[in-house]
Amino acid sequence: MRISASKWFSSGTPFVWLNAGAVAISILMVVGLLGLLAIRGMAHFWPADVMQANYAPPVSFGSVMTTEVLGEKVETESVSSIQIASSGIPVDESIPYYDRELVKLGNRDVTGADFAWLLSSFLSDIRYPADVVALERREWGNFYGFLADVKESGQRVIDADQGEDALWAEFEQRLSRALEIHDEIYRIEKIEIGEVNYALERLRLRQRGLELEGAFDAEVEASFAQQREELGADYALLQQDLVVLNQAIERDSALFLAANDAEVEIEFADIVRAYKPNQMGFVEKLITYFAKLGEFLTDEPREANTEGGIFPAIFGTVMMVLLMSVFVTPFGVVAAVYLREYARQGLVTRAIRIAVNNLAGVPSIVYGVFGLGFFIYIIGAEVDQLFYPEALPAPTFGTPGLLWASLTLALLTVPVVIVATEEGLARIPRSVREGSLALGATKFETLWRVVLPMASPAMMTGLILAVARAAGEVAPLMLVGVVKLAPSLPLDGNYPYLHLDQKFMHLGFHIYDVGFQSPNIEAARPLVFATALLLVIVIAGLNLSAVALRNRLREKFKSLEV
Amino acid sequence: MKSSVMSSEKLAFRRRWRHLSDKTAKVGIAVGGISVIVAILLIFAYLFYEVVPLFAGAKVEPSSSYVLEDSSASLHLAIEEQSEMAMRLGNDGVARFFDLESGESVASIPISLPDQAQITSFSLDSEQSGLFALGLDTGEAVIARYAYDTRFAALDNRRILTPKIEYPFGEVPYTLTDDKALASIALRTSGENMVLAATAEGGGLSLLKASKQTSLFAAFDLGGGAEFEIEEKRINGLALGGEQLFIDGDRFWLFVVNDEGLARLLNLRSAFTANNPQFEVRALLTEGRASPTDIAFLLGGISLLVADDQGAIAQWFLTRRDDTVALEKIRSFEGSESPIVSLTPEQRRKSFVSVDSQGVVSLFNTTARRQAFSGKLASEGVSAIAISPRGDALLVEAGNGNMALWDVENKHPEVSWSALWSRVWYEGYGEPDFIWQSSAASNEFEPKYSLVPLSFGTLKAAFYAMLLAAPLAICGAIFTGYFMAPMMRRKVKPLIELMEALPTVVLGFLAGLWLAPFVENNLLGIFSVLVLLPTSILLMSFVWVQLPNDLRHRIPDGWEAGILVPVIVAATVLSFAIATPLEALFFGGDMRFYLTNELGISYDQRNAMVVGFAMGFAVIPTIFSIAEDAIFTVPKHLTYGSLALGATPWQSLYRVVLPTASPGIFSALMIGMGRAVGETMIVLMATGNTPIMDINIFEGMRTLAANIAVEIPESEVDSTHYRILFLAALVLFMFTFMFNTVAEVIRQRLRDKYSTI
Repeated sequence: MRISASKWFSSGTPFVWLNAGAVAISILMVVGLLGLLAIRGMAHFWPADVMQANYAPPVSFGSVMTTEVLGEKVETESVSSIQIASSGIPVDESIPYYDRELVKLGNRDVTGADFAWLLSSFLSDIRYPADVVALERREWGNFYGFLADVKESGQRVIDADQGEDALWAEFEQRLSRALEIHDEIYRIEKIEIGEVNYALERLRLRQRGLELEGAFDAEVEASFAQQREELGADYALLQQDLVVLNQAIERDSALFLAANDAEVEIEFADIVRAYKPNQMGFVEKLITYFAKLGEFLTDEPREANTEGGIFPAIFGTVMMVLLMSVFVTPFGVVAAVYLREYARQGLVTRAIRIAVNNLAGVPSIVYGVFGLGFFIYIIGAEVDQLFYPEALPAPTFGTPGLLWASLTLALLTVPVVIVATEEGLARIPRSVREGSLALGATKFETLWRVVLPMASPAMMTGLILAVARAAGEVAPLMLVGVVKLAPSLPLDGNYPYLHLDQKFMHLGFHIYDVGFQSPNIEAARPLVFATALLLVIVIAGLNLSAVALRNRLREKFKSLEV
Repeated sequence: MKSSVMSSEKLAFRRRWRHLSDKTAKVGIAVGGISVIVAILLIFAYLFYEVVPLFAGAKVEPSSSYVLEDSSASLHLAIEEQSEMAMRLGNDGVARFFDLESGESVASIPISLPDQAQITSFSLDSEQSGLFALGLDTGEAVIARYAYDTRFAALDNRRILTPKIEYPFGEVPYTLTDDKALASIALRTSGENMVLAATAEGGGLSLLKASKQTSLFAAFDLGGGAEFEIEEKRINGLALGGEQLFIDGDRFWLFVVNDEGLARLLNLRSAFTANNPQFEVRALLTEGRASPTDIAFLLGGISLLVADDQGAIAQWFLTRRDDTVALEKIRSFEGSESPIVSLTPEQRRKSFVSVDSQGVVSLFNTTARRQAFSGKLASEGVSAIAISPRGDALLVEAGNGNMALWDVENKHPEVSWSALWSRVWYEGYGEPDFIWQSSAASNEFEPKYSLVPLSFGTLKAAFYAMLLAAPLAICGAIFTGYFMAPMMRRKVKPLIELMEALPTVVLGFLAGLWLAPFVENNLLGIFSVLVLLPTSILLMSFVWVQLPNDLRHRIPDGWEAGILVPVIVAATVLSFAIATPLEALFFGGDMRFYLTNELGISYDQRNAMVVGFAMGFAVIPTIFSIAEDAIFTVPKHLTYGSLALGATPWQSLYRVVLPTASPGIFSALMIGMGRAVGETMIVLMATGNTPIMDINIFEGMRTLAANIAVEIPESEVDSTHYRILFLAALVLFMFTFMFNTVAEVIRQRLRDKYSTI
């Protein structure tokens, strides 16, 4: 069937299709974004093969300099020759484009930079030797090289003629010993010494408090001195243990051959994980993949947050969101109940409703400014004066912290809870309330026994939406409590266990900080993708569950309306 | 029987209890509910509370008054840093230090002058250094400094001040003329260098430059008299003797001002070496027949403040345009009806105090061009006035020794409505401009608080975001709300709602670290997508109607969006594929290079286009869901009627549905705009955050929200900067609140309208 262009146009079909195109583009954008995050974020943990090649770029016209490179290929792009020439490599400008590859060379301590852009056409003799070892280290990032020797106290422990496999087995065995010792050192340093330090600090504050009250007499002084002495003795003991452990962990080292046959000696104490990626099969790689993923979720960050895990950020986000829920739920629900059930419906309630609704649209940074000025500088400073004079001039609550961050976000999300709860209350049919009242229940009993239980899914929806919004907010938190690296978690084994005054780490801020403030952006980028993916999964999960709850609620009351 | 009585009592008790708990709950919930709502509204009140002091005028209140026993005329009056003590230098060459509060004398230290010498002229280097030069009738000049030694009492940690007079450039007078009295003198120092200029009675200009020697001998010279390298120059003919002299802060220009207000400038760099130095710049500082009464340098030594006997006050500084230097009048202030007697600059701010012959004292700020206070603080005949370094106390001397101390509260003189929102001519700039520059290393720098570049940046970011978001979201909403098959709609809506939930920090991170480099490398690809996508959609639509019916009918109406998915993917891939050869053909292989080198368009990697994409992405779902709601809820019988009358679906949409739903779409746009304006993380991460004013899509911007996030953690509590950031927050708050309220009211009306149709 032939249709003329003019008829096609006058029927409006092209406009309909353009509108359809807009929907399709929007959807593709969402899907594409999620896909990008998923691919980039998940790929980071995959143990990639390590390539060895010769690289011979022209240095000046006619002369080339050949080096050996050893590393993981990260990405490829094509660049115009003008741009390459302007960066100082004399390439043939009659060829408009060159492919170049980003290679992760690791070995920052040897070569200075751990990433390099290499022009593909000057790479030759690309091979994937089976014996290449990839090391993850506590400092200086990854290392790629060939294992040459294992040493104990500087002496080699295995003969070279026993072969590669024996050497590797020896290496792995000593590595697992070193990792165990490291865990022990970590436990002592972080937990036990941390406890002693905390106790000493509390002692100091108590002394200062007593001094301020004028109650610090000789008797108290003696008891304090004794306590201090006991703690000092504990500390000395722990310190001794540490010395022994540190000697033990420093015993072993391994000799590696890096690219260009550079010999590098690495202490076992520095190694987090070692594997031979080119030898690994799919299943082995998968196991390593999940091990790395697990480390990412449960470990602490290393190397200025660019490596290691994000556990403190996850923990901080969860803590903050939980505290916020504690604040936001009762207040939001009470306000909604008041507005819907008790307040006289009129112009004023309508105006309030509009105002509350609009507060959800007020920029979050404004809440941050409010939190900083009002909660921290006014209320916090007052709290310090009243309850923590012994710590002054160091502020306790007069500085950004977990409590203020939760309160600020509670204020930010309370409109969400109010709106959702009100919607839920409005959906409950009049007949249900009237039935309850007719049976003699008071208004409060009706509310408590009938209305609120029926509206509970709506409240849950509101709470989940509030949590989802709070988990993704960063701008206000930057003013009221997050830091790039918190020395300890806000919840630990030291009295009073929950430290509301502490600063904390946050997933969203972690993304901002590592992505934009870190010195080694190439190294940090995959980690940021992974963090972003995690945050998106959490928030999408929360939102989808809110949607599901809302639908269930609607289904439930559909039957009542009949 | 008994039990039933009991139970009825119990019942009564229970009824009362229930009644009571009902009442309590009612009160409790009302109190709780109202207080939550009040707490939310408190934000607004609190922001206001922080901002209001910015615009409040200064308060001046009497503190104490006393009479100093001193018959000499006052040369200079100065208050010490913490307003504990003050110093009055009399023309008898004695510096009298006294308690500021009570006037009790602390010490009287005579300046060491040659025997029988009389002081004929005085010049202060600057209030901060405390250095001054006394010109004598012997043709000599003495340079000294008033200062305080501070120590803390062992007992109660009280601060104890001991005043002193020092001679950092030596106690021996400098000889400037041969026995002719010095009619006027000017001193300017910087560290261990100083320049003196003086006119002699009866004519002649003398210049003297001294700098401390850093030789080995000087280091071992324990006698206290450090050696100075001295350079001298005497010039005849340039001055008659009646002029006033001033040297600017950089010791570059000597200003020679005569009675009629004519200022002539001598270049001090060349004057020492040139054979016959001449004046290089001239300007008449007063208007009409007025003659200058007091001239003073503002903090920093760049601007000259000139007051005259007609009551006018003006600020002048040197500007440089095309290598010509000119002394220009920058702004004038509402002076007084009576002649101005004296001008005193503040030590930390670009503010000054003026006194007229009637004893009316006014506080001015130059940058804000604001009179913070004006009031009669003394009877006639004010002879000297001093303002404390912190600007919180004012000491007024009327006649010889009649002192009045006033407490001043003038926290934010540098802010005025016009300084925030209109062009301001800052020192060192060729013309008035909008500038945001809030911090610097030194005190002498004046912070530049124009909110215009930030507001401009905010609107620019929002504009580019809306440019992407508005068409996509509204067209998408039209299709989803009107044409789309219900099955597909159920899948699409949650997906777009999910898009709304994406944390903006993730979008910002992707925009800054992934999209910005991508766009930079594929600039032409992006533009070809913009062209190819609509073309391919139209093409597909035309091809689709040409297809045989049985093929077409396999896919029901309302699935066009699904059909288009592969088309769009293909068109996008194609765009980027053809971009490379096209770029090689038209733009020499690299469009970004071409833009900067050939067209002269500057290109930042993190620019408005990237922000537009990222923020557009964030705003699409907001607009989409509200607009879709408005379109979907248009009563169905309206469209059925239209369709029944023979209109095509598009026609009934265009003529019936859209006009009905247009208020809803409008409110969707407003709410989207409100979100774009207040968005922080995306702009923070996807732009360079430079406060420039340029509409160029390839350059960045700094928005109000991002500016707050960057600067407020570092700003000092209750400082002007802090309060201005609160003002920025208040502006954002009011802007979005107003937008949202209007949008909400429109939506409510629309809902009412639908329910009546």
